[in-house]
Amino acid sequence: MLEKAFVGGRKYWIWMAFLLGVIGLGFIMYLWQWRYGLGLTGMGRDVSWGFYIAQFTYLVGVAASGVMVVLPCYIHNYKPFAKVTILGEFLAVAAVTMCLMFILVDLGRVDRLLNMILHPTPNSILFWDMVVLNVYLFLNIFIGWVALSAERKDVPPPHWIKPFIYISIPWAFSIHTVTAFLYAGLPGRHFWLTAIMAARFLASAFCSGPALLIVFCLIVRKVTKFDPGKDQIRTLGGIVAYAMILNVFFFLLELFTAFYSQIPGHMHSFIYLFRGLEGHARLVPWMWTFVVFAVAALVLLIVPATRRKLDTLLVGCVCVIIATWIDKGLGLVIGGFTPNPLGKVVEYWPTGPEFLISLGVWATGVLILTALYKIAISVREEAGIYKA
Amino acid sequence: MYDGGKIITGLIIGIGLIAFPIWLNAGKAVKKADPKLPAKEKQCVEPTQYMLTNHMEVLDLWRDSVVRLGDRYFISFDGKKYRVSLQNTCMSAECHPKKKEFCDECHDYMGIEPYCWDCHIEKGEKK
Amino acid sequence: MAFDRRKFLKVSGLSVLGVWAKSAADALAGEKPGFGITEKLLHLFRKPVGFASADALTAKKWAMVIKVRNCPTDCHACIDACDYVHNIPDAEKMPSPRHEIKWIWQDEYKHAFPDQQHEYVEERLKKLPFLLLCNHCDNPPCVRVCPTKATFKREDGIVMMDQHRCIGCRFCMAACPYGSRSFNWVDPRPYIEKQYPEYPIRVRGVVEKCTFCAERLAIGKIPACVEACQNEAKKHGREPALVFGDLEDPESEVRKLLRSHYAIRRKPELGTGPQIYYIV
Repeated sequence: MLEKAFVGGRKYWIWMAFLLGVIGLGFIMYLWQWRYGLGLTGMGRDVSWGFYIAQFTYLVGVAASGVMVVLPCYIHNYKPFAKVTILGEFLAVAAVTMCLMFILVDLGRVDRLLNMILHPTPNSILFWDMVVLNVYLFLNIFIGWVALSAERKDVPPPHWIKPFIYISIPWAFSIHTVTAFLYAGLPGRHFWLTAIMAARFLASAFCSGPALLIVFCLIVRKVTKFDPGKDQIRTLGGIVAYAMILNVFFFLLELFTAFYSQIPGHMHSFIYLFRGLEGHARLVPWMWTFVVFAVAALVLLIVPATRRKLDTLLVGCVCVIIATWIDKGLGLVIGGFTPNPLGKVVEYWPTGPEFLISLGVWATGVLILTALYKIAISVREEAGIYKA
Repeated sequence: MYDGGKIITGLIIGIGLIAFPIWLNAGKAVKKADPKLPAKEKQCVEPTQYMLTNHMEVLDLWRDSVVRLGDRYFISFDGKKYRVSLQNTCMSAECHPKKKEFCDECHDYMGIEPYCWDCHIEKGEKK
Repeated sequence: MAFDRRKFLKVSGLSVLGVWAKSAADALAGEKPGFGITEKLLHLFRKPVGFASADALTAKKWAMVIKVRNCPTDCHACIDACDYVHNIPDAEKMPSPRHEIKWIWQDEYKHAFPDQQHEYVEERLKKLPFLLLCNHCDNPPCVRVCPTKATFKREDGIVMMDQHRCIGCRFCMAACPYGSRSFNWVDPRPYIEKQYPEYPIRVRGVVEKCTFCAERLAIGKIPACVEACQNEAKKHGREPALVFGDLEDPESEVRKLLRSHYAIRRKPELGTGPQIYYIV
């Protein structure tokens, strides 16, 4: 089936060449970082994780969200989703690949990566994150490929794939729970030290991931002959609405605990993010942008008329994607490190090379996604499923 | 053969690229390794032949012994007591003070570059 | 003969097996905190090496007491000594203050004890320098989160760092509630003022921190900062501010000081069990 990724029209190749160019640029920047050290980034002794780890965290959520199409399909027997599960699984593959790459570019000594396996350390959450992410990657490639191969031959998927699908459902929850545990178990980082962290992560994952999937479904509808189906997209819209409500609700819970208790350590990060602390306010415009988009998303998704109409649903989903990305891809990590353990505010902002390296990783993910979607859609166009 | 010309051209270019190190170094004579041995000290911590082939194993054991166990002394096969330290024992003034004259001789010949000296420094090293 | 060839082979075979099993069991049974099962397996078939010297300084639980009032603001003897013997790069020469490496450093009361800070704090306390360093926690979060056991706790309480093994993930820096860990964001070598030939430099991409001078304790010397403090105090005829010793020894100076003074620790509410005590 792989050969289908190598045949395509002019537009397909221009798009792939563009992505390869971005990847190449990112790779050159990475070589520079490899020679010079991570000092090339904006990180430092106070904000010691930055843009890379934040992107990683956001993308674990996107990866986990594949379950939101698999679960209704296989547990609740909601058959219309059978058409889109493959898109969810392949989105998960691309997202996990990006996650792993963001971890790699963030390591100081990638050459010693195997020490993680040579000296396995079960008390480290990072060890478990490595395990769950790699297994999840395998599960999604495997399930997606087997299902698509069966579809190509116009036969139902083999029965032995079922157990793998059932395992992949709790596994999706596990990847984001374990990722939340990376943060939620650290003493002295009040912003992260919250029992609701994993729940918040899952809620934001289950709105941002399906929102991305809706955007991709709408693109696929437009540029190919394959139609994921209006009903399916609307059902996904409902999932996004519920998850976004939960996501914002959990966020408000955090605000209540911090500000009603009035414990300084719990309030400081929020104050830094939304109002600025000791004259440092770099993230304030971003965080208010998050608020505006989150509110807009809620309105568009809760009002039935705008949720049902595909155009407005698309706008709502884009709002969700922007809001969750700012919240998780910027605020969460930087906010957690500010102020530092000594109560000082040291600001962080990614540097140009750091941003280009991240862009390169994103482009790699999009390249993988494009190739996988191309394969999936070609198989369907061939089989004539789009007629259904 | 279908597309034979293209395949053969591709093969030739491929092999040429893989063989890059060979034709880059073709015709150049490599200097024979001649590590300078200590003037006074006649015996290393293990028999010479063993050190020649297994010194990385010794160093690996040494570093785990020092850093992880905190055991920083060592009795050699001939019963002498040594402080376990690359910088302060191996590369001491009596033994192998100059990396260039000892370590690099064989490493250069073998074309390898161990990263020990990214951190460990020579006593006489200038900034 | 009673002792025939077959019997000889049996006995010798068994004894070889016995010796091997014994050494294997010894290797696996040893309760060395730096050596996990993996290290034991990796080293199983190699000669055992190493022992601690008789003149090494040993303790059941190393700790430090800092008598803050004996610490003059303008004295940096301990910091300079530490920076020199550990090849720590000069912060002022580095490309950015973000990249600074700190093992032991000074800060104000309000930053050392942010939770104890109040408006009406004693004037003198406001100006006193507080020496900050790794707390060598009883229950260290950095060790808990390290994915490769590059940082680990020794039997004598020292939280040690294996620079050879660190992969530079910086999870330990996120976990440390004291900001005591530094990452080598750039190659430190060009910024080292004067190289100290007996100690290695670090390479870019690894985390480092105070090790209570494990390399000096092993050869019978007290930590460099404590030694420098004592020398400086003697020169000026005052009491040294830094005291180092074994907390499990009731007669040690640290225990005597803690018995007779009220001492505080940084963020004890987090349950990390810091082993640096401040007498204010």
